Parts: sequence; structure tokens; C-alpha cells
Amino acid sequence: MSPEQILQYIFAGITVGSIYAFVAIGYNIIYNTTGIINFAQGEFVMLGGMISFTLSKFMHLLPAIILAVLITAAIGGLIEIVFIRRMRKSSVLGMVVVTIGISILLREAALYIWDEQIRALSFFTGTEISSVNILGARISPQVLWVLGVTSIIVGGLYLFFKFTLTGQAMRACSENSRAAKLCGIKTDSMVNLSFMLSAGIGALGGCVVSPLTQTHYAMGTDLAIKGFIVAILGGLGNPIAAVAAGLILGLLESFSISILPMAYKDVISVIILLIILVVKPSGLFGSKQASSLKDF
Amino acid sequence: MKRYYPVIILFITIVVIQILTFVTGKGYMLTQLTMSAYYVLVAVGLCMVMGYAGQISLGQAGFFAIGGYTTAFLTTIDFSDKAGTAIYKLLDTLGLLITKETLYGDTIMHMSPWVSLVSAVIIAGITAYLLGIPVLKLKGHYLAMATMGFGIIIYRLVLGTKIFGEADGISNVPSFTIFPGLELSGDFSTRISNYYIAWLLVIAAILLMVNLINSRVGRALRSLHGGEDASDAMGVDTARYKVIVFVIGAVFAALAGFFMTHYNGGIGPSEAGVGKSVRYVAIVAVGGMANIWGSLVMGLILNFLSLRGVFGHFDDAVFGVILVVMMMFMPEGFIRIAVYRDIKSFFHKILNRRKVEKIKLEHSHE
Amino acid sequence: MNNSNIIMRIENLDKYFGGLHAVNSVAFDVEKGSIKSVIGPNGAGKTTMFNMIAGYETPSNGHVFFNDILITGKKPWQVAEHGVLRTFQNLKLSNHMSVLDNVLLGWHSLGSAGFLDGMFSSPLSRREEKKAKEAVFPILEWLNILDLKDSEVGNLSFGNQRAVELARALASNPSMLLLDEPAAGLNMHETTDLAKRIEKIRDQGRTVLLVEHDMSLVMDISDEIVVLNFGQKIAEGKPSEIQKNEEVVRIYLGGDDA
Repeated sequence: MSPEQILQYIFAGITVGSIYAFVAIGYNIIYNTTGIINFAQGEFVMLGGMISFTLSKFMHLLPAIILAVLITAAIGGLIEIVFIRRMRKSSVLGMVVVTIGISILLREAALYIWDEQIRALSFFTGTEISSVNILGARISPQVLWVLGVTSIIVGGLYLFFKFTLTGQAMRACSENSRAAKLCGIKTDSMVNLSFMLSAGIGALGGCVVSPLTQTHYAMGTDLAIKGFIVAILGGLGNPIAAVAAGLILGLLESFSISILPMAYKDVISVIILLIILVVKPSGLFGSKQASSLKDF
Repeated sequence: MKRYYPVIILFITIVVIQILTFVTGKGYMLTQLTMSAYYVLVAVGLCMVMGYAGQISLGQAGFFAIGGYTTAFLTTIDFSDKAGTAIYKLLDTLGLLITKETLYGDTIMHMSPWVSLVSAVIIAGITAYLLGIPVLKLKGHYLAMATMGFGIIIYRLVLGTKIFGEADGISNVPSFTIFPGLELSGDFSTRISNYYIAWLLVIAAILLMVNLINSRVGRALRSLHGGEDASDAMGVDTARYKVIVFVIGAVFAALAGFFMTHYNGGIGPSEAGVGKSVRYVAIVAVGGMANIWGSLVMGLILNFLSLRGVFGHFDDAVFGVILVVMMMFMPEGFIRIAVYRDIKSFFHKILNRRKVEKIKLEHSHE
Repeated sequence: MNNSNIIMRIENLDKYFGGLHAVNSVAFDVEKGSIKSVIGPNGAGKTTMFNMIAGYETPSNGHVFFNDILITGKKPWQVAEHGVLRTFQNLKLSNHMSVLDNVLLGWHSLGSAGFLDGMFSSPLSRREEKKAKEAVFPILEWLNILDLKDSEVGNLSFGNQRAVELARALASNPSMLLLDEPAAGLNMHETTDLAKRIEKIRDQGRTVLLVEHDMSLVMDISDEIVVLNFGQKIAEGKPSEIQKNEEVVRIYLGGDDA
């Protein structure tokens, strides 16, 4: 492989890895605040892409994206209120099943609204054939957008959780929800916020990769699994770990195409998941705590 | 014995339904009823895993596919053009090859379905065992994801591999002559006998499970439902039991896949998909986690309706709704034992009231 | 040194939870056919010690020998198979199953019918079911719960549930019973019954090691008592000796506040 080809693979891997990271970050936020794995995480990405596409018919790109993110965040919050809140006392099995059911419903609703055609948001800058020359490889400027947005999100989350009162309150909930309640933190609101935040971030990711990977009503399931793999790989911890893990998986997948037939690309990620779950459930970067299910 | 009454009722119901379809001229429904039986078989196996061993498995479709694709693959290899090879001679002397004439007058030779039956069961069993040992130590979400991951691997494998027909799957799967006169096939002429083959298979499976539940092992399994500490303290090797139940579930699913493939004459990758796995979970959840009869009834109803196209475009959505609603409002399932008991005690009250009145009457005459 | 009268030897049992030294070099012997009680204030490490003996926790150091066989580090079900059965302070019964089924579960380790036997209702399976019921019915009777055998355990009174738990433990014909606060939640009448039952268990030739807070019960039936405080053994001896032990009295009546 020539250096240019390698670079192409790297950028392709980074792009895909970033979208996985978006989903993984969403998992992390919800899991860390509530102890639930939200199987519907992938659908938020899909909804972001779909909603922004529809909106972009009536308005400029930027407001369309912002509105799509807000709408999806609202959907996330709504899901929490309607479904999750009631289920808090029930078994883990029940939670798993409910979130799977929710993801199915979201997907079917999307099918009904947008049918099975592929949609793609227009490129933020330039068109699908414009390219930028980086170290000899030609990559679309959209890739730079993806990297940029990912960095901003990660940076933003870091600042949010570390320095803002709300962010710290959410972290408090994850450490010990009872203690948090005693301190006057409204755990219910924190849980709701975690869902909205995850949904919004997922949607933003969906918007920014839509020009490159296109948006399809059924893309959520695949993303949910890949995102979960990345989340586990990164130890269900901070966003930086998620991004690192996402990049690793993305690069692995990207380069695997040169060895294996493309059809088996997904098999690799799943096998990685199984190995991780069995051998080191705390992931590459996580602590022992992350590997046990937290109480709610 | 008391525990077999429901099985007898089931058998009678099956016969009655068949006669009804005959009498009302709706014989075509037998096809969907037969297919539903095979899906029910998967659900019964999953019910043991979820209800009794307390483990969630989102990968049953993978085992179904192992059963189906194993036989589809083995019985569609044409051996007639390998006539001179050593394998051919070996298989021939073992009597494992079957010669057939196609519509075009050529002869083809394929592997006997008995071989693929045994292979399917062995492959599914071993896979479940190897997968189960590490994976069943996981809890909740992780177990769900791991089993889902397994299902995805199988799905991707059959979807992406040429010898498995990729997106088109394998068709032209020959029928399976169980013994002269009894053929497992999709032929119109054998529609009724195939209906009974399917449901007798289900009845046999249920009989085994009913026996198991009431046995020493079954008691240990039932105690697992409420948490392992009790069973652990009583000397139950809970890890081993969970794996064995998982294997049983896998074998049931593989058998269903095997039989269905010969019935339908083929199999496609959609049978291995996550959607199917989710459906099986929905059926068991609705029927009541540890309630075999619930899984059977709901499996029959839901699959029959789905196959007849009653849900139309919303097929997947229906199962999704069921999952959500069930888990939120009726985690113990639709057909709860409590409901059954309430009905029973209600009837007792009525009967007793009559008795009391009768006695009062007798006394008033004195 | 092999005193054939000692059924269990606990040697230098240690348990650290991070920096907390929960059990500190606890050592004592249990004589066969005796009733030995372990007492001590809350947090003294009694339940942790029990957990280590029964296989629910691995000791940081130390050994437990049962009939000269090393049982430390074995899993709970393996310890049970050796004949050491443990009950739980907060009951671990299968609430959705009947009394009879719960107690028959106790018989599990005495049987050998497996999955295939169960599925095909083999002669072995049927014979064992009969044997199990014959073994278990007398136990249900002397614990006065035979007429409740088909009731769902979750619906019973606490006292009856305790009886079911005891029956289940006895169903496995254990050589030694580890009773974890068996009197907790029982009224005086039920406690008196319990005392008689534990003594009868001892008279059947079994050994009983119990953790308990109810002093009158402990003083009444124990052959020997071990006192733990802050994870360490501070006294061991006959009830009369323990009652006179100054340090024990101080711990219970308070001298330092601990």
C-alpha cells in the first residue's frame, strides 16, 4: 500500500470512528448517570440526520442542524419521561428489553415518515467532489468538519462536567444517587438531562457525518452495536476514552477491508466485543467499577 | 398425571384446529400454522433460558440459522459431479447419499438429511456450549449484547458468504423423507401431515420440558429464577446448569431451523437477523417469562397473525410495541399464573355457594 | 495432632476489605456433635467469617478444615456437598415456589438424576423423587409445617418461613449446620421452639455453629461460645466462663463507646 492509500484508510477510519464515538459518548453519559444501557442510542444519530435533512429544505443548513439537534434532544427527554422513569424499579432484564423496544419503535416511525430511501445532508463546505490535500491524501473537507465537531464536543463535555454546577451535579448522581438526593440535587432532572444530552450529541454526530455516510432509517441498529462496542472498549468512562476507542475501532475496520472481504468487516468488531466482555469487561481504559452494573 | 393435562389439551386443540380448517375449507391456513409451530419451538427453548435460567438471549435466531443453513448447505451440494472422489465413495458406502431426478431428467445426488440433522444439532450444541461458558457469567445488558453480537456474527457470515447464498440464501432444499410415507416437505399434498409433524415436534419438546421442570434438576432451575444464592447453598452448580439450559435452547432453535428449512424448501439470511431474535424475546416476555404455555400460546397467535400479514408494514413495530408495553406494565407476562388462580378461585366460590345452598335446602326440609 | 472429635478447624482466618481488617487471625475448633455459638457486637466480623467458611468469600489468609479436608476457597455448592450447610440471616428462599419444592431443593445434593433423567422421567428420576419425599416429609412434620407443604413460601409468616429454611437445610442431611442469626425476627415463643429444635438437631448427631445476638438463647443451648470483637477472637469457653469474663461483659455493657 502506498503512503497515500494508507492515509486514505486512516482518514476513512477516523471518520467512521468518530461517529462510533458519538454514539459511545451518548451511552457513557446515560450509563454514568443512570446505570442503564440505552439500546436506542443509535436511533438518535439517525434522527439527527433525517430531521436536519427535512428541515434543510426550508431553511439554511446551520439553523436546520441546530433545530434538528434540539428536536432530537427533546425526543430523548420525552422517552425518559414516558418510558424510563416508570421502569426504574424493575429488573435489568426489563430495562434492556424496553430500550430495545423503543429503538424498534423509533426505527419504524422513521420508516413511516421518511421511507427507506437514503438521505444525505449537503456538504457543509463545498460539494461531494471537493477535496483537500493533506499530506498527499485527498480527503473531503467534511472529514475536517467531523474531526472539528468531535473535538469541540469532547472539549465541551470536559469543561461541562468539570466546571459547571449542572455537570458536577450529574457526576454526583453517578457516584452515589442517594447522597446526591440528600444534597438537594434533583436526580430525576439529572436523569432527564442525561437523556437529552445524549440524544442531542448523537443527533449532532448524525448531522455532521450525513454528507459522508448518508442517513438511512435502519442505520441506528448497526450504530447501536458498534457504539456499544466502542463504549465498552473505552471503559464506559469519559468522552476522551470513547473517542480513543472509537478511533481504534474505526481504524481497525478501515484497514481490515484490505485483508478480509468487506462483508466480514462487522464480524471483526463483534468478535472484539465478545473478547472484551469476557476477558476485560472494564475495557481498555476503564476501571473495575465500570465493569459491574451500577445501581440506579 | 396432573402435569400432563395441558399437553393432552394441546394435542386435542391441534387436532381440532386442523379439522376446523378442513371443514371450513380454509386449509391454506395450515401453512402458517405449521410455520408458527416451528417459531413456537424456538420460543419454548428461549422460555427455558429466560424464565428458568434467568438469562436473556438475543441470539436465538443465530442458532435457528445454524440449524437451517447446515441442512440447506449439506443437502444442496450436488455429489453427482464428484462421483469418482474418495469422499463420494465413503458417503455412498455409508448409505448417506440420496439420488434424485430433477424436473429436467438429470440425476443429482445430495447428502442425506439425517446427516445434516445430526450435524445441525451437534454444531448448534457445541457452539452454544462454547459460547455459553464465558458469556453466561455476564449480567443483564452485557449478556444481552453478547448474545446479540453472536446473532450478528452468524447473520453477517451467511449474508456475506457465497456458499451460503449471500443475500438470496439457499433454495432448492429437498424434502426430507423421515420414513416411507412421511415426508417433510412443502408439497401441497403433504400439507396436513406436515402440520402434524411440526406440532408433534413441539409437543415432544414440551413434554420433555414439563418432565424436566418437575424433576430434581427442574427444581434447581426454578430456584435460579429468584437468584442464585439459594441454589448455590443447596449444592447446585449454577454455572453449569445455566450453560446446559442455554444449550437446550440452542438445540431447540436449531431443530426448528432444520425442520422449517425442509418445509419451506430453503432459508434466507433474514431468519438469522436481530429482528427475529427480538421477536422471540417479545413472545416469551408476553407469555410470561417462566411460563411455557404462555410462550406457546402467544407464539402461535403472534406468529400466525404476522405470517398472515395481518400486521402489514408494521410487523416489526408491533413486536416493538409489545416489548415496551409488556415490560413496562406486565413484566410477569400476559398470561399470569395469578390471573389463572383468580379464575380458579372464582369458580370455586360459585360451586361452593351452590353446595351451601343445596345443604340449606336439605336442612329446611327437615 | 488429629483429635477425631474435632469436626472443624479454623486456623488464622484473616480477611481484608481494602484497608479494613474485618477478620483478624480468628482461630478455633468445633467439636463434633456440639453446639457452638459465635457472638459479638455488630460489625465484629461474624458474618464475614461465616461467609468464608461457607465459601461465599475467599479468606485473605488462613484455612478451614472440615473432617480434615481443606474447604477454604471452595465454592458454596462444593462446601455444601461436603456436608456443611449454611442458612441466611435474611432468608434466601424461593418465594414463588411451594414449601415442599423449597425443601426438596435441599435434598438436591443427595440426588444424582441429571438433565436427561429429568427430561425423560427415567426410573432413576422417579425413584429419587420418591426417596426425596420420604426423607423430607418427617422433617416437615417435626417442624410443624407439613400441612403447609403446598403453600407458596412468599405467603407464609416469617416464623414459618424460618422453619422452611431450617427444613431445607436439614433435607440435605448435613453433618454441620451454619446458622446465621436464626432467632432474628422471632418472638419469644418461636425462639423457645428454635432452641428445642437446635438441640434436637444436635441430638441427631449433627454439629451446629451459630451466629446469634439473642443472649438467652446462646447461653441456654451452647456447649461453647466464641466472642469476637473488631474481627478478633477475645474469648472462648463454656457459657458459664463467658458470662464471668470481664472483657466480654465490658463490651456488651459498654465501657469505652465502640
